[in-house]
Amino acid sequence: MNWQLLPQFAISGLLAGGPIALMALGIVLIFKSSYIFNFAQGQLLLMGALLTWWLAVDIGLPLWLSILLAIAISAVLGLLIERFTLRPLTGQPLLTIILMTLGLSQVLQGLALLLFGGTQRNFPQIFSTANPYRITTPFIHDGNPIIVILKQNLVWSFAVAILGVIVIGAFFRLTRTGLAMRGASEDHELAQSIGLRIQRIFGTSWALAAAVAAIGGVLLATSSGLDVSLSIVVLAAFPAVLLGGLESIPGTIAGGLIIGLAQGIVATSKTQIIRNSAEIMPYVVLLVVLLFRPEGLFGQKRIERI
Amino acid sequence: MAILRPAGEFDTSYASDMATIRRPWQWCLLLVFLLALFTLPFYASQGLVALVNRIGITIIAVQGLSLLTGFTGQISLGQAAFMTAGGYVSALLVNELGWPFLLALPAAAIAAGLVGLIFGLPSLRVKGFYLVMATLAAQFIIPWFTRNAFQDVLNGAQGLNVQVPVIFGVEFNTPQRYIFLTLTVLVLTTILAFNVTRSRLGRAFISIRDNDLAAELLGVNLFKYKLQAFFLASMYAGLAGSLAAHQLRHINSETFTLIDSIIFMGMLVIGGLGSNLGPIFGAIVVEFLIEAATLLGPFVAMIFPAKSAGVVQALRPLFFGTSLMLFLIFEPRGLAYRWQLFKAAWRLRPFSH
Repeated sequence: MNWQLLPQFAISGLLAGGPIALMALGIVLIFKSSYIFNFAQGQLLLMGALLTWWLAVDIGLPLWLSILLAIAISAVLGLLIERFTLRPLTGQPLLTIILMTLGLSQVLQGLALLLFGGTQRNFPQIFSTANPYRITTPFIHDGNPIIVILKQNLVWSFAVAILGVIVIGAFFRLTRTGLAMRGASEDHELAQSIGLRIQRIFGTSWALAAAVAAIGGVLLATSSGLDVSLSIVVLAAFPAVLLGGLESIPGTIAGGLIIGLAQGIVATSKTQIIRNSAEIMPYVVLLVVLLFRPEGLFGQKRIERI
Repeated sequence: MAILRPAGEFDTSYASDMATIRRPWQWCLLLVFLLALFTLPFYASQGLVALVNRIGITIIAVQGLSLLTGFTGQISLGQAAFMTAGGYVSALLVNELGWPFLLALPAAAIAAGLVGLIFGLPSLRVKGFYLVMATLAAQFIIPWFTRNAFQDVLNGAQGLNVQVPVIFGVEFNTPQRYIFLTLTVLVLTTILAFNVTRSRLGRAFISIRDNDLAAELLGVNLFKYKLQAFFLASMYAGLAGSLAAHQLRHINSETFTLIDSIIFMGMLVIGGLGSNLGPIFGAIVVEFLIEAATLLGPFVAMIFPAKSAGVVQALRPLFFGTSLMLFLIFEPRGLAYRWQLFKAAWRLRPFSH
């Protein structure tokens, strides 16, 4: 361990956890209402980022407008996906649905590559990268206090991501639609029998998830550039979803931050092989979670009956 | 469907009731088909032979997945990772220890099976997407291991060069020769798959797939049979990985990726779950689709001239994903079920409807 690096890496890791939480949120939104684990979330993310880039750079709209438009288009895309690919599968076994979202991820990936090509693009800067924040920590190393440097864009991405999770969480808690969605997640048939429009609820949750994915895509693209491989970052979010609990919105924040923190801490090691393990850290955490607490930190434990 | 047989054809013994191949003419057809396959190098072009070779290796991997997912109902996205394990083990045994290929191949299968056991362990505790996640973890951890651990032996991200297999002095160095190896292993794995699925083991697998709680109450040892399914599936993956590595003569952590695992899953569904013909149909159809994408690429590039370089890479996932989605919506039982319907219609002719 390089102790003097620890505060810096831990905080950078936590900041990276924000976008992970946002990605996890998109997955949880869909799972919560319809019991579908969306493996295509990464591709929705990519689509959102590519649409923003296309509107802002190719067409030349102002950045704020293109982000809003991209979010709206993504939401429509989410609705269409639900209507045409997942609704026909209502009542089908789990494997069918998992494979449908996997197939969807392949189609979206292929479409993105076909329409936008595989080149690396410079995404317009949203947050300033100049003047990083410098925070003096109370830890002392070699007689000097350790200073943590925080890039402005990472801090703001983190803030936006966490704000997004909180807004969606409040939406679920406080609005009628949110209440309907929570009700639907308990039991589909029961919800339908008391007059909730279950299909509209599924549609809403897909639209919301796609919109959330678009925001996440923009945040990631602005800090790390944009190409078609952006979709694979979501692979770090799957463990965060399971860690937080599949049905829990607060769990996404906890899961995202823990995964980010674990990656950051591992990166401070002096041994190269442990440093390199940062990339698989989410999956090591995942295996531990699966072995000791499969329902996650805040998830519901289900009892099965025949 | 399966009981639909011509009038007057009765089973008079247990053996004939259980038989996979029932009539003499079916034996003849099978022998003619196998003969046509094994003599392929003598009349087909090198490209076709290489394609058949690749399809054969893919079928072996999908057959393993079929035992695990199609018959036992345990969804796995780790098949390509177990292929990596098998490929590396076989490469190391031949390169470092100088084992003959004939010994290294089964050793790789068993080693991959053991690796599969480790990642199958969570299957007792979790199922559904939780298990998908555990196998997905295998898909990340195994390639990472080959990149970062024991770098002096595994050679890091560079990977290993693998020797051409030599059996009794014959070098299998071209697709025309290698195909004999692939086809022999394929025939053996197919026979094994057919026999596993109609034995006690296969019936236990099917009962776990259909309702694991009920199966457990009936006395099926879930832990034992789930692990056996994982072992078998990974063993098949190990065989396929070893064959592929020796054919490509190189293996690294990128040779078999997550996308391959997804494609194997798709092949299984397109071919038909819970059928031994499924993997064969699925692998053939999807490999031909991917081949079609490669051929069509230049034409599509004319429509989207700006991105001509990436068109083939774009078309492959597009073709595969679209066909997978269409099959899931319109024929979730896959091509094997269509084949059953076709056979039934043929037998009922002229009253097929």
